[in-house]
Amino acid sequence: MGDIAAKGAHELFQGIVQGSRPHLSRAISHVENGARGAAELLSHAYKARKGALITGITGSPGVGKSTLVDGIVRELRKAGHTVGVLAVDPSSPFTGGAILGDRVRMGQGHALDEGVFFRSLATRGHLGGLSRHTGDVIALLDAFGFDHIVVETVGAGQSEVDIMRYAHTVVVVLAPGLGDDMQAIKAGILEIGDIFCVNKADLPGAERTRRDIEMMLDMKEPAGWRPPVTQAIAVNGQGLPELVSEIFRHQSYLVASDTLKEKNRWSYKAVLEEYLRLLTVGKVLELASRDGGLDAALDDLMQGKAGPMEVALKLLQKYWA
Amino acid sequence: MSGKIRVLVGKPGLDGHDRGAKVIARAYRDAGMEVIYTGLHRTPEELARMAVEEDVDVVALSILSGAHGTLIPRFIDCFKKEKATQDLDVLILAGGIIPEEDIPALKEAGVDEVFGPGTSTETIVEFTRSHLKRPVA
Repeated sequence: MGDIAAKGAHELFQGIVQGSRPHLSRAISHVENGARGAAELLSHAYKARKGALITGITGSPGVGKSTLVDGIVRELRKAGHTVGVLAVDPSSPFTGGAILGDRVRMGQGHALDEGVFFRSLATRGHLGGLSRHTGDVIALLDAFGFDHIVVETVGAGQSEVDIMRYAHTVVVVLAPGLGDDMQAIKAGILEIGDIFCVNKADLPGAERTRRDIEMMLDMKEPAGWRPPVTQAIAVNGQGLPELVSEIFRHQSYLVASDTLKEKNRWSYKAVLEEYLRLLTVGKVLELASRDGGLDAALDDLMQGKAGPMEVALKLLQKYWA
Repeated sequence: MSGKIRVLVGKPGLDGHDRGAKVIARAYRDAGMEVIYTGLHRTPEELARMAVEEDVDVVALSILSGAHGTLIPRFIDCFKKEKATQDLDVLILAGGIIPEEDIPALKEAGVDEVFGPGTSTETIVEFTRSHLKRPVA
């Protein structure tokens, strides 16, 4: 475990405020690793948030999220905005290692652009499509002062929907040929899109995919924002200006309808819940595995001496005082 | 809670062969490290920026084009500039087709070790683990 003494946290934060990239990236590592001093660093960062607009990009593996993110960054830069990008990839459930490959799609155009910061995050065992500290890292980027923050989730299946807690605007990316209109009416990821983007629109079936999504949206009670369904060919930039203008339109809608504040409150709730879990469940598991209490509890369960709820309550009483 | 060793596996310059880099990336992954792969054809400047933003503990550059004598020292210069320090706390490794007689100059420029063809991945992973230049955050 790393150790940033009180002075270290303060110094890192000062670096962030002054726009130092090495300080920002070091701070992200400390937060990810739960280093001592990270709590203080985050207190500074959360207080210094500037209100960046946060866009989430999610969708199945291979639909083109990374390439699309690269195009979105290019368009945002053209419009004069600075951008912080977080790209999440999965950690191995066996070794805890990870290959973070989202940089591969990052074009040469803004690889050295001072207005862009890119960081890869591994899930480190966290489910839901993001890493545990995504909310905190967003706060660091926001304190640094980026106008926009773009978060790319892991290749999501059907229920990795955490991104909706942290992003103001969620773009669900689809590609042709991945399922019919039955998939489109299932619960889960398709419900969370503020914008849909059918990528690889030059492939057969793109129009059909677009229609399936429109049909799903037709079945919903009309209320406020109707998610647009856009098409793109991310590899050559086609459809990107349209996609980004829909993102802007959605963000103006959030401001005009006063739902931005509501969303922010909800995302603070997600961060708070995460910390409560860490401080309670995390603490109980850590203490109980240290003195054999966890093994004893598992023995009781295995031998049918007690039910899981009962055992959990006992653990809570013993270790959570 | 514990930190993870983070490694940037990079391909500098005009060299389209990344099987080796991918094998190394995979070996580091299986050793429990977080590997950021840069993709092909990166300039030393881009690699330096990436290494800073990803806050890596290790940079491993794979190069088979023969341009190591130019690209790797240039990367190290850029990296120091980006980090605003002369005193890098990051382990720098090079691998690929690098002739024996070029190795002293690379080490002089700041490369910590050079691995040639036939080196086992275990050797590389072990070396990396035991030569980190800073405690993992």
